[in-house]
Amino acid sequence: MTDPIPPAGPVYVVDELIAADIDAYLDVHQHKTMLRFITCGSVDDGKSTLIGRLLYDSKMIFEDQLAALEADSRRVGTQGQAIDFALLVDGLAAEREQGITIDVAYRFFNTEKRKFIVADCPGHEQYTRNMITGASTADLAVILVDARKGVLVQTRRHSYLCHLIGIRNIVLAVNKMDLVDYDQARFDAIVHDYTAFARSIGIDQFTALPISGFAGDNVTTLSDRTPWYRGPTLIDHLESVDVNAEIDRERPFRLPVQWVNRPNLDFRGFAGLIASGALRPGDAIRVLPSGKTSTVSRIVTQGGDLAEAVAGQSVTLCLADEIDCSRGDVIAPADHPPQVADQFETTLVWLNDEALIPGRAYWLKLATQTVSATVQPPKYVVNVNTMEHMAAKTLDLNAIGVVELTTDKPVVFEAYADNRTLGGFILIDKITNATVAAGMLHFALRRAQNVHWQALDVTREARAALNGQTAHVLWFTGLSGSGKSTIANLVEKKLHAMGKHTFLLDGDNVRHGLNKDLGFTEADRIENIRRVGEVARLMTDAGLIVITAFISPFRAERDMVRAMMAPGEFVEVFIDTPLEEAERRDVKGLYKKARAGTLKNFTGIDSPYEAPERPEIRVDTTREAAEDAAERIVDRILGHWMPTI
Amino acid sequence: MTDRPTLTHLARLEAEAIHIMREVVAEAQNPVMLYSVGKDSAVMLHLARLAFYPSPPPFPLLHVDTTWKFRAMYDLRDRMARESGMDLLVYQNPEAAARGINPFDHGALHTDMWKTEGLKQALDKWGFDAAFGGARRDEEKSRAKERIFSFRTASHGWDPKNQRPELWNLYNARKAKGESIRVFPISNWTELDIWQYIHLNHVPIVPLYFAEERPTVERDGMLLMVDDDRFPLRPGEVPQMRSIRFRTLGCYPLTGAVESTAQTLPEVIQETLLTTTSERQGRAIDKDAGGAGMEVKKQQGYF
Repeated sequence: MTDPIPPAGPVYVVDELIAADIDAYLDVHQHKTMLRFITCGSVDDGKSTLIGRLLYDSKMIFEDQLAALEADSRRVGTQGQAIDFALLVDGLAAEREQGITIDVAYRFFNTEKRKFIVADCPGHEQYTRNMITGASTADLAVILVDARKGVLVQTRRHSYLCHLIGIRNIVLAVNKMDLVDYDQARFDAIVHDYTAFARSIGIDQFTALPISGFAGDNVTTLSDRTPWYRGPTLIDHLESVDVNAEIDRERPFRLPVQWVNRPNLDFRGFAGLIASGALRPGDAIRVLPSGKTSTVSRIVTQGGDLAEAVAGQSVTLCLADEIDCSRGDVIAPADHPPQVADQFETTLVWLNDEALIPGRAYWLKLATQTVSATVQPPKYVVNVNTMEHMAAKTLDLNAIGVVELTTDKPVVFEAYADNRTLGGFILIDKITNATVAAGMLHFALRRAQNVHWQALDVTREARAALNGQTAHVLWFTGLSGSGKSTIANLVEKKLHAMGKHTFLLDGDNVRHGLNKDLGFTEADRIENIRRVGEVARLMTDAGLIVITAFISPFRAERDMVRAMMAPGEFVEVFIDTPLEEAERRDVKGLYKKARAGTLKNFTGIDSPYEAPERPEIRVDTTREAAEDAAERIVDRILGHWMPTI
Repeated sequence: MTDRPTLTHLARLEAEAIHIMREVVAEAQNPVMLYSVGKDSAVMLHLARLAFYPSPPPFPLLHVDTTWKFRAMYDLRDRMARESGMDLLVYQNPEAAARGINPFDHGALHTDMWKTEGLKQALDKWGFDAAFGGARRDEEKSRAKERIFSFRTASHGWDPKNQRPELWNLYNARKAKGESIRVFPISNWTELDIWQYIHLNHVPIVPLYFAEERPTVERDGMLLMVDDDRFPLRPGEVPQMRSIRFRTLGCYPLTGAVESTAQTLPEVIQETLLTTTSERQGRAIDKDAGGAGMEVKKQQGYF
């Protein structure tokens, strides 16, 4: 090919109108809608070339960019002397050298009907996570197939992922038709193959197009080289499909509250992005999870109050009554509220190098709600190449699995299939803060009773007051042999002597009964602590001062228990004895066994101990006698409920 | 479908930006809005006022000043701070001031010291953990891949290979002590969207965006405006009055003007659409370091 620019379709933007009547042009463009789509395909299916073509044909490439593109094409391009449109799209320096796309890139172009945001998603297996990211906001997916190669394993994977993330509009773009002489039989055979596959994974509808991104056939205009194809062109199709926001507004009203706006005592507005439905002043609403009801008094904007607000708008609502409502709550129609639950079946896509640890607590963020969640081992994982269900103990990077999870607080939700906002969530590692998984809720395992929670007549405060004390959990943590049990026992004796109601939960004792089914693997140790935390919580409900003595080596689990308790109730006591000292004491002879290799997963030897970063109390047993330490801890607790005046 | 009007693309972009700003205010401890007084900043400030109405935006504006902005920019900056009811923080890198760093004598060092270093110093000085910026993904290739919530290490570096996945409109704003987030609420806007929004909503912008007779000299292929008497004229250079306007605004000695007669917004938009060069072409910064100028700058902590 010697022509530096391949034969282009007609330039799409209406240049004449811009020059002749700019006001008319602006009027057209003020009424455009917006469609977000992704392109996915294998490495050489021509994704970047197609996007480059769309940008080029819609005049989104300026002369200086074109000049740079021509120069780059000659220097590092893969199309000889011709323009390599892919270079327009492959952004980062590192990947330009490698000739591959390594992350999601967003591109923009306009036609007179719509603004388009394209997420360019890489085709490599290890980048499932990028594809899921790009697909999560898309209204439509363009799945590219090389006409010479047909439906490949990667085509299946991309289709499955698009379907999984709930994309309703699938376009099968059979690309590089120029390289198969625009052969109709070839196109039909690929569509036939794909139809069978699509049905098998639940895609009941898709649109197939024969195109050439490189030569421009059927991208913006119907090509006379495919007379057997009657349309639509890719652009026609992109301009006419329904966007998600239009579909969402037909569903019941849902507003996850982001922020409460209180400029003064006379104004209290609830701000958020409407996830679905529509709302008018006077509508009866219910706030979830409390279940309290009111009516909408105003929909406030700087430009004046609105008569109606719809899905996709960011609004501020005022209610007729002073009811509790804060970030994380969901405002819904009084007669059509979403569910509230704390146990779910979900699909998780694992996005992090560090695999899922079943039983560990992660932050779960769903709409504006952030709660602590623990995940069970997967029921199964899906092989994205064959769609087979396979057994697995965990989820590694890019794994997709069906799992059950439990949250520490009730979550207002809907099934992902009904509402992306109230059914889609992310999991966040509590220590690294990384976003480790994307999740989609299927259904609740049992409905939490929170909406109509029976108010308990005797409250925990009432019980504690009767006891003349404030409930606390004194959580002792430290290495085996550090002195936890010794000091914990002294503390309990002192409190008891002062007439306080206490209960000591000791590691060894609990393992003989409640937790006798648990071993010492990482997952079992986490479950051990979770159960102890739940028992401690019940005891604080009963008004007791609970004292626990467990190694509890992992910060995440101690934080999980802390999160179960009311603020200020959990007191972390770090018995800080150096490993050498604890090993020297070796009261139970366990270090000797661990060193000899007869005791596995022993904390400090072949299993880590994560020291508390900010314990409420720290005891250095090499400097402070057990009796003195116990005295100090008791003082601290007494100070909590009997402040000296 | 009902007969409810569909939200236009600008309405959706507006809602998205407002959602992002509210999310930051709800989750960050000490947010700030970087305000460069350009048209993107103008739109961002306008959106912030909508997002929190009737409250004023609950964060200050931060102007990382180089002392070399156009005078008209300082005027608008002070006016907008007054009208919005927000605190305006102005920061000038004291080291750059002491060394007399200026765009005429120091080239790239000027941007580095006043802007990149100045920004880092300002964020550290006030301990901001989240900073709104007006960058758009259509501006430049490395921006196209940046997340809306973009994390910076304690030393303000950006690691493009280690970005958090960003799904749906769920933003993970959690971070370790010392780390901070740059947040780009108008990531998905294009230059045309910005102009249309300014036009439709009467957003105040610096008059330099409109054509007017202004004193200029032509130098190294750029048309520069002689904004004050600090401009050192070379032998033989005489400022000429030309009808010019600016597509982007920065330090006046580094910002190229275009000859134009566009005096209204529709005329400006018309010129923008019919023009044949991209917006950043008037800036010197992208041409540094070969093709990867902006990417390198961002890794060093440039916004």
